[in-house]
Amino acid sequence: MLTVWAILIDGFIYASWLFLVAAGLTVIYGVMRILNMAHGSLYALGAYAAASALGWYYADGGDQLWMAFAIIAVCAVAIGAVTGLAIERGLLRIMYGRDEILMLIITFAVLLILEDVMKLIWGTTPYFAYQPYAAMGRINIDVLTVSRYDLMVLAVSIVIGVGLWFWLERTRIGKILRSIIHDREVSKAMGVNVGRMFTITFMIGATLGAIAGGITAPIISVVPGIGIEVIVLAFAVVVTGGLGSITGAAIGAIIVGLARATSIHTMPELELFIIYAVMAAVLVFRPHGLFGQAVARKI
Amino acid sequence: MMKADRTELSLIGVAIAVAIAAQFSPNWLVFTLTLAISTGLVVMGVVMLMRAGLVSFGQGLFYCLGGYAVGLGGRFLGITDALVLIGLGVVATVAIAMILGLLVTRYREIFFAMLSLAFSMILYGILVKSHGLGSTDGFGVVDWTLLWFDSETSDGANMALMLAIAVALVIALFLNRYFKSSIGLACEAIRENEVRVEYMGISRQQILYINYVIAAAIGSVGGSMTALAAGHVDPTMAYWTISGEFVFIAILGGTGHVAAPFIAALIFTLVRTYAVELAPNAWQMILGIVLLLIILFLPKGIWSLFTRKKGAAS
Repeated sequence: MLTVWAILIDGFIYASWLFLVAAGLTVIYGVMRILNMAHGSLYALGAYAAASALGWYYADGGDQLWMAFAIIAVCAVAIGAVTGLAIERGLLRIMYGRDEILMLIITFAVLLILEDVMKLIWGTTPYFAYQPYAAMGRINIDVLTVSRYDLMVLAVSIVIGVGLWFWLERTRIGKILRSIIHDREVSKAMGVNVGRMFTITFMIGATLGAIAGGITAPIISVVPGIGIEVIVLAFAVVVTGGLGSITGAAIGAIIVGLARATSIHTMPELELFIIYAVMAAVLVFRPHGLFGQAVARKI
Repeated sequence: MMKADRTELSLIGVAIAVAIAAQFSPNWLVFTLTLAISTGLVVMGVVMLMRAGLVSFGQGLFYCLGGYAVGLGGRFLGITDALVLIGLGVVATVAIAMILGLLVTRYREIFFAMLSLAFSMILYGILVKSHGLGSTDGFGVVDWTLLWFDSETSDGANMALMLAIAVALVIALFLNRYFKSSIGLACEAIRENEVRVEYMGISRQQILYINYVIAAAIGSVGGSMTALAAGHVDPTMAYWTISGEFVFIAILGGTGHVAAPFIAALIFTLVRTYAVELAPNAWQMILGIVLLLIILFLPKGIWSLFTRKKGAAS
């Protein structure tokens, strides 16, 4: 029974983290039909920016928890929005209209470039920013000990998920974006500035990636390569849930999170295996993921 | 019976020329050439899939299977003959590809890319957790023999290169004909418009399946050759960034000619040898920038440099 509780708690905490990482990816794909491999780099950029800013703050003798969170939020939003704008305006803009698969390869090139840009800026030594994580302490649920920081990640993830849903379903911009998703050309004919909407979408998606990285920074050691590890996990989540669907990303994150937690508590050697096995199993029965929509083939 | 065409004669000629030139080359160049040819073989598989309109971000799966078959065959089955080891890898890979192929050939575009990536990451995940096989460090490949030669007593590096040239020549000759065969041509038709291919009474599923399995087998040979030359295998062979490098080389070379992947792989391996020494933290950046430049200015790869010149002259 204890194991079941541990699996559920770990599973949902991990799922909330997965959702944070995958949300930006699925938003960008949903609107722009670009599967953005560079999303992993934005995650890493957010983590590096937050970790180094937190490092300065704590080295200066700061010890306010709310300041630490403000620093994470500001750094992540700033670096995510700026990098997102630069990638969209500088590169993707001239590539629009090409095959989805070619766009995937183009963002792979961006990922490769950003990986080394980060090495040149931050070097290869790890960065640590464990202070907020340690300062928040742990709480006991029955006999299990859970970090408060992890529970906060869960809360942030729910807030971002609900916020995204509200943005897409209940606001003017959201309605315009849904019209673009539905039919790009007709929206354009109706006077929608598709180019600007793409810029906004990409910046928001990129910022979500950077926020995920910023929030994760206190939990991990920030080293080169974290983005490359994370992007395949995010892929597995969005493909399982159905590309381009926020609900799909949430459900996919929960499935993958619970599967991984089950494996860690019962058969730890299958940890990596299980994530992709779940994805493959879902794709066998639902070729476009749980919430994905099939598109007609060209004739 | 087809007559040997110009491409076949020049392939044989280049192979002989490289084999002779290698006798006067320093050891590092021989080793680099062997790696380049092995990589070129794996890239051939990626190119075969690209001709059918599919991009695989998981060709590392078969590369890794081929490598581990050599390692495991030598370690647990006591096989030392290189050809038998390569054959072992091909048999194992074909068996697995025949199962996976049933599933992945139902997918296109990014779904094919992601699913193939997932399968190679599954293998990576298994190998990383197999402590008996050295986990992330991998393990060494036993000293191998080739027919009546022994890599211990004779010049191992040179022997590996001769084997690689011979294997690559046979495969290149086969693929040159394969690309012009009805299956090879049907693959290109599927890339252009698969529904019309079905209208003509050709099963796209069957064509893609056969193509996928052959591409896997060739990827395995490349992996086996790398393992024999490098003397070591580790799980990163199945990591997705390695598959990404194969896609990079495939795009660099283009799908225009059987020789293109080998030329691209040679350029890639040579540049990497220098870049990793001179600017270890900028190597991926160079890759990324070159990839973007090729997509922008040479969408058919460097091979189009040759054909374009020819086209302008005539």
